[in-house]
Amino acid sequence: MKIYVPLDSAAKALGADEVAEAIVAEVARRGLAVELVRNGSRGMVWLEPLVEIDSGSGRLAYGPVTPQDVPALLDGTLAGLGPVEAIPFFARQTRLTFARCGVIDPLNLRDYEAHGGLAGLRRALEMTPAQIVQEVTDSGLRGRGGAGFPTGIKWNTVLGAKAPQKYIVCNADEGDSGTFADRMIMEGDPFTVIEGMVIAGLGVGATRGFVFLRSEYPDAIKVMNAAVQIARGAGLLGADVLGSGRAFDLEVRVGAGAYVCGEETSLLNALEGKRGVVRAKPPLPALEGFMGRPTVVNNVISLATVPVIFEKGATHYANFGLGRSRGTVTLQIAGNVARGGLFETAFGMRLGELVNEVAGGTATGRPVKAVQVGGPLGAYMPVSKFDTPLGYEDFDAAGGLIGHAGLVVFDDTTDMLGMARFAMEFCAVESCGKCTPCRVGAVRGMETIDRIARGDAAAVPILTDLCETMKLGSLCALGGFTPFPVMSALTHFPDDFATRKEAAE
Amino acid sequence: MHTRLPVPSDAEISALIAPHLALEGPLLPILHDIQARFGHVPDRAQPLIAEALNISKAEVHGVVSFYHDFREVPAGRHVVKICRAEACQAMGGAALAEQTLARLGIGWHGTTANGAVTVEPVYCLGLCACAPAAMVDDKVVGRVDAARMDALLREVGA
Ligand SMILES: Cc1cc2nc3c(=O)[nH]c(=O)nc-3n(C[C@H](O)[C@H](O)[C@H](O)COP(=O)(O)O)c2cc1C
Ligand code: SF4
Ligand code: FES
Repeated sequence: MKIYVPLDSAAKALGADEVAEAIVAEVARRGLAVELVRNGSRGMVWLEPLVEIDSGSGRLAYGPVTPQDVPALLDGTLAGLGPVEAIPFFARQTRLTFARCGVIDPLNLRDYEAHGGLAGLRRALEMTPAQIVQEVTDSGLRGRGGAGFPTGIKWNTVLGAKAPQKYIVCNADEGDSGTFADRMIMEGDPFTVIEGMVIAGLGVGATRGFVFLRSEYPDAIKVMNAAVQIARGAGLLGADVLGSGRAFDLEVRVGAGAYVCGEETSLLNALEGKRGVVRAKPPLPALEGFMGRPTVVNNVISLATVPVIFEKGATHYANFGLGRSRGTVTLQIAGNVARGGLFETAFGMRLGELVNEVAGGTATGRPVKAVQVGGPLGAYMPVSKFDTPLGYEDFDAAGGLIGHAGLVVFDDTTDMLGMARFAMEFCAVESCGKCTPCRVGAVRGMETIDRIARGDAAAVPILTDLCETMKLGSLCALGGFTPFPVMSALTHFPDDFATRKEAAE
Repeated sequence: MHTRLPVPSDAEISALIAPHLALEGPLLPILHDIQARFGHVPDRAQPLIAEALNISKAEVHGVVSFYHDFREVPAGRHVVKICRAEACQAMGGAALAEQTLARLGIGWHGTTANGAVTVEPVYCLGLCACAPAAMVDDKVVGRVDAARMDALLREVGA
């Protein structure tokens, strides 16, 4: 019998380690022959700790499991959820990037290979760099870190640059509230990130890489470091990748608690050991990146999606999706939601279907008021925009953005003026300080919203003007996009900005 | 987490710097190791790092002061980080944080009088589907309510 208990941080945060310990103790007490596997998470966070038991006829799910449930679990008397992959939330997904996450032992390279791992890399090793880059271009993959820039075009720029050394940088700074896809895949299927980086290296001619991983993720740091060691030992990384004679190696570097370091040029400064201020572009990092050399900076999910593109072919991947948003989107459903977690699906599902049907509405059972999509720089989408399909262009047209594809659900008790103020406060705390509209504007923004809260209606146009100034005068999206959450709150929820005024009059 | 150490010697600090000198961009790894060892970046470390990396003391200080993680004075024996970001707010995170600070009689970044606990704000722990979230030293906790927070604080001696 095999028992799976996730080692994912969300599962741990809900007691998975205690459950695993209880299982080990009870198994020993009963003298059972059980193999305990610490897998990644299946992404159904509301069911964590989600334990799976495989007695030879498929994996049956139980959850949330407590240590007290363990005797019944082993007796076979604990009420279960049935086959894990038949749980509706899981069954309706299309898992490409996350195909192995939760299925395998994250640090077992043989398990990884048995589930399709390394097939993509082996295929890439037979291709020329130009063919590799073309394959990525043909897949239609766009950067999952936020900007949605076509990955193939970025790689092509680096491929075309001449330099003695090029780099692949994996952006694992994942600072957006409501997002955890990077964390989940690094904890649950780290080799797919490594394989993606190796393929990127082969494609653009880079032999060195970095994973810049935020310090707020101690568990992911441990798993990624262990995976790098194992990959080196197995010849997946090093001077002779899988015996091909081609070299690629990488290092995990830990961030130091600055949201802005997710911005690629700020990240490069941090990697170089400088203050994480944003650099002006041009020069593009693709031409003058780490140490001034050509550098691919890609999000974790972008890179983790590369292996499946090479395993199944660009066309297979591109056949999913909507318009110019090809493939799958790894949505993260969070906040006040009945069924939160990771949901991978082809682009195109409507926001309302996702929030109401997939996620089951709010956890509190109250009506949904707003959904913030795309992190702290994303707009608050009101229920009236629930028919917006999840696609880059569609969200843009609806005044929002997909970003790193986090969705934070809020119920009707939420004070949107408070959320707008928080957006300004966050910008003020995290600003790198380079531009005045961001550094000073965000503080003015908080003060102005406080004036509105005190009933000063004259402050509303001031806030609107300030947001215009921030949009136009900021070098990066921290200052430039903070107006999205602020203005969407003001526009769609005017009552939250007006009632206080009336009350004060 | 950290026991109060006597003022570290130059040799101790240099021993933490040396292993990183061959890295490309060694400063953040050095600062992390020093802070992991001493609980903060001691005054004496900055000139030693500057010398080893052949950069100015001002540059080192600029970096130490830029990043939220690095502290120039020691924290309490345990650090509790409470998430302030949006998904946690959607689940009552702001009230939880306020109650916690009030119960301990400190503000953000403050340390309890007995030196047991420093409370820091954090903006997302990637536990947004089991909010509100917190971290005690390196241990993550989800769906934290007032009772759970009380128990956590008792465990660390606050
Ligand atoms: C303030 C700010 C924070 C960002 N944070 C992240 C992040 O945490 N992770 C990420 O991959 N991209 C982040 N980005 C986007 C990066 O600058 C960059 O576009 C991305 O890493 C490129 O990779 P991709 O093309 O694979 O998306 C951020 C951008 C800004 C302006
Ligand atoms: S907008 Fe803000 S964070 Fe971005 S470069 Fe300017 S000051 Fe720095
Ligand atoms: S917003 Fe609190 S853990 Fe992500």
